[in-house]
Order: sequence, then structure tokens, then C-alpha cells
Amino acid sequence: MAASVKDSPNDISSNGKDTDGQWSLWEVFTQPGKGAPHEHAGSVHATDAEHALQNARDVYARRGEAVSIWVVPADVIVASAPGDAGPFFDPGNDKAYRHPQFYKVPRGVRVF
Amino acid sequence: MTQPTTVTADESALVAAFEARIAAGESIEPKDWMPERYRRQLIRMMSQHAHSEIVGMLPEGNWITRAPSLRRKMSLIAKVQDEAGHGLYIYCGTETLGVDRHELVEQLLDGRAKYSSIFNYPTLSWADMGVIGWFVDGAAIVNQTILAKASYGPYARAMVRICKEENFHKRQGYEICATLANGTPAQREMLQDAVNRFWWPSLMMFGPSDTDSPNSAELLKWRVKRKTNDELRQRFINLTVPQAAAIGVTLPDPDLKFNAETNNWDFGEIDWDEFFQVIGGNGPCNRERIAARQQAQDEGEWVRAAATAHASKQHRTVQAA
Repeated sequence: MAASVKDSPNDISSNGKDTDGQWSLWEVFTQPGKGAPHEHAGSVHATDAEHALQNARDVYARRGEAVSIWVVPADVIVASAPGDAGPFFDPGNDKAYRHPQFYKVPRGVRVF
Repeated sequence: MTQPTTVTADESALVAAFEARIAAGESIEPKDWMPERYRRQLIRMMSQHAHSEIVGMLPEGNWITRAPSLRRKMSLIAKVQDEAGHGLYIYCGTETLGVDRHELVEQLLDGRAKYSSIFNYPTLSWADMGVIGWFVDGAAIVNQTILAKASYGPYARAMVRICKEENFHKRQGYEICATLANGTPAQREMLQDAVNRFWWPSLMMFGPSDTDSPNSAELLKWRVKRKTNDELRQRFINLTVPQAAAIGVTLPDPDLKFNAETNNWDFGEIDWDEFFQVIGGNGPCNRERIAARQQAQDEGEWVRAAATAHASKQHRTVQAA
């Protein structure tokens, strides 16, 4: 896992800016309709969470694209590393018994 | 911006694997390994694109206060706001390559970064608002529809989002043109004049012919671009000719004629000297555009300072509680 986690966003927003004098970066997730999952839409710069939400609304939801928005400080997101994708996800690939095709059912019976 | 001068064996294996992924149609994501040159090319191309959206607000912003009706004014404000949004989508995509927006904005203001040549032409009449929506946004749709399949995931996704909104821009522009075309002789003349001024600069938007485009081959190889400048330009012309005929305006090119063999509209010689003059900073409005961006940056400083001060105050209140 090559993700770096810096200080918590609360430390950053003590002056609303990160180290290079720019407002900190927030990742934006929008939910297109009730019942749908939130999906990554992009990012915004903002001084704090409320500001990030307002900016996200103005940038990513001008035409009713969202019924809900999450904003997350970009540097608290921990992500898997692309280079590790093979071994990291490997345990999921060698267990055929996790798939319905693994199981035999009597001929002619509709299971679903 | 250091370029490795020698390529190690490890690096060439990585490049081969990277190019194999591109050839297989895979999308490259921010944390994936990529050649430094791919990253640099993307930063250059995406930031130019983002700057174009931002500078593109200026020629149209010029007419907001003089829109002929409330309906037109509302549409124009919404369109200009969308252009700001498009700039932000692409800046956000560019930042995933490890460069920050602050730096990109500085490059625009100090003249290191380029933006689309079309925005260095003045908007002299209301008809220009129609023709810009029709030609300039029309050309942008042709270009961006293909970029939506670009190999870099964040760029492609920003394009998908933008393309959905550009159709509104083009239709509002074409509606203005169609209305003027049905208007008084003076209105028709104003429309034809705008078409005459914007046709050739719109064709230049696709960039130099591929034989003279220094970046095309590499961008095509890495599937940042999927079609050549000339192919996109031809597609735009083929789409636009019948739209012009439908509203009875003449495109200012005596050599424009249908070629039944190729199914394309053949067209006359583009004045590339003009294009290179405008790109080189000597177009009619280059200095004015950058001065307006600099003024916006300076005059917005107190808003940014206020937002920062507000956030600090909120933070202190929370800590004290």
C-alpha cells in the first residue's frame, strides 16, 4: 500500500490552506438519484467542509445531476496501489466456490 | 521538468507494458505508471484546454449586459457559468497528474501557457453570440466527443461531463442565428457579418494541419487524441455546411464544394500565418484577454482572503467550544 496519509484535514483547515498556499483539495462524490450509490465526480478546492460542499454543488450539480453530495479531504483517502493490484486482489480469484457456476443442480430445475 | 536523458532497461520494459495497455484500449489512471513525456503532454494539453474554457468566458461575458431579452440574458449567463465549470472539471483532471491549479493559473497569467486562438477575436455584435455558440461550441463538441475516448481516465471523464452540457451551448447559439436569419435585413446582415468573421478562425481551432503539428503523432500513438486535426476539421465542416444552408447564410469560402468521391466538403486554403500570429500573442485581443484575467485574479483576492478568514474563525470557534 503506497498511500500516504498526511495530517488530518482539521489541521490543514486551521488556515484553510495547504502548504503551498492553496485552498486544500476535496474529492467530490455525487449520488445521481435516491437509491443509487455515490460516485466520484471530481474535486474542488475549498477552505472548509461547508465551503467544499457549496463549491461542489456549483461545479458538479448545476442541472440536477445529484440528490446528495459527499466531500472528502483528498489526503485522507487511502487507496490501493495499481502496482499491487495483482497480488492484492489475488485471493478473490482462486476461489471458484464463491461463484454460482461452481454448483451443480439437477437437470431441468430452474434455481432462480 | 527534467527529462531523463538515458532510458534504462527497466524503464523501457515499463514503457512497453504501458503502450500495450493503451493498445488494448485500457484507460490510464492517475496512480498508474506512465512515461514522463505522457504526463507532460497531458499537462500541457489539458491545461491549455482548461485555460480556453476560462478565457472563453470573456468574449461572451462582453454581451451579458446587452442581451436583447431576459430569455437571452439568462441563457448567456448560464452558458458563461458552464464555461467556468468546464474549466474547473479540466483543472481538477490536470491536478491528478501532480501539478496544482495555482501553478497552472500562474502559467496562464504570465503567458507561458496557451489557450485556444479563437478567444483572441473580438465580439463586435450580438450576432457573434449566436455564431460563437454555433461554430465555436460546435467545433468544441466535435473535438471533445473524440477526447471523451482519450486514454487518460480523468480527462476522458471530464469530457463526458462537458459534452452533455455543450449541446445546450450549441443549440442556444444556433437558435440566435436562426432567429436573426428570419429577422430584418439589418439583422440578417449582422448575422452574415459575424459568420464571415468567425468561420475561418473556427476552422483554425482544430490546430495546424497534421503535417505541421509537432505534437500530433505522439498524442495519437498514446491515444490522447484519437483523430487527427484534419479529420476533426473536416467532420466539423461537413456538419456545418447543411446547418448554414438551412438558415440561409453563406460560408465565406468560394472553394467550398461537395466532393462526391470522398463524401466530404472540400474547402479553401486556411491562412496559417494568421493562426501562428494569434497563437504567438499577436491576435486582436490577446493582451486584453490576459489583462482581464489578471484583473479578475486581483479583484477576487479579497473574496479568497475573506473565505480563508471565515474558515479560520469557524475553526477557532469549534476548538474553543
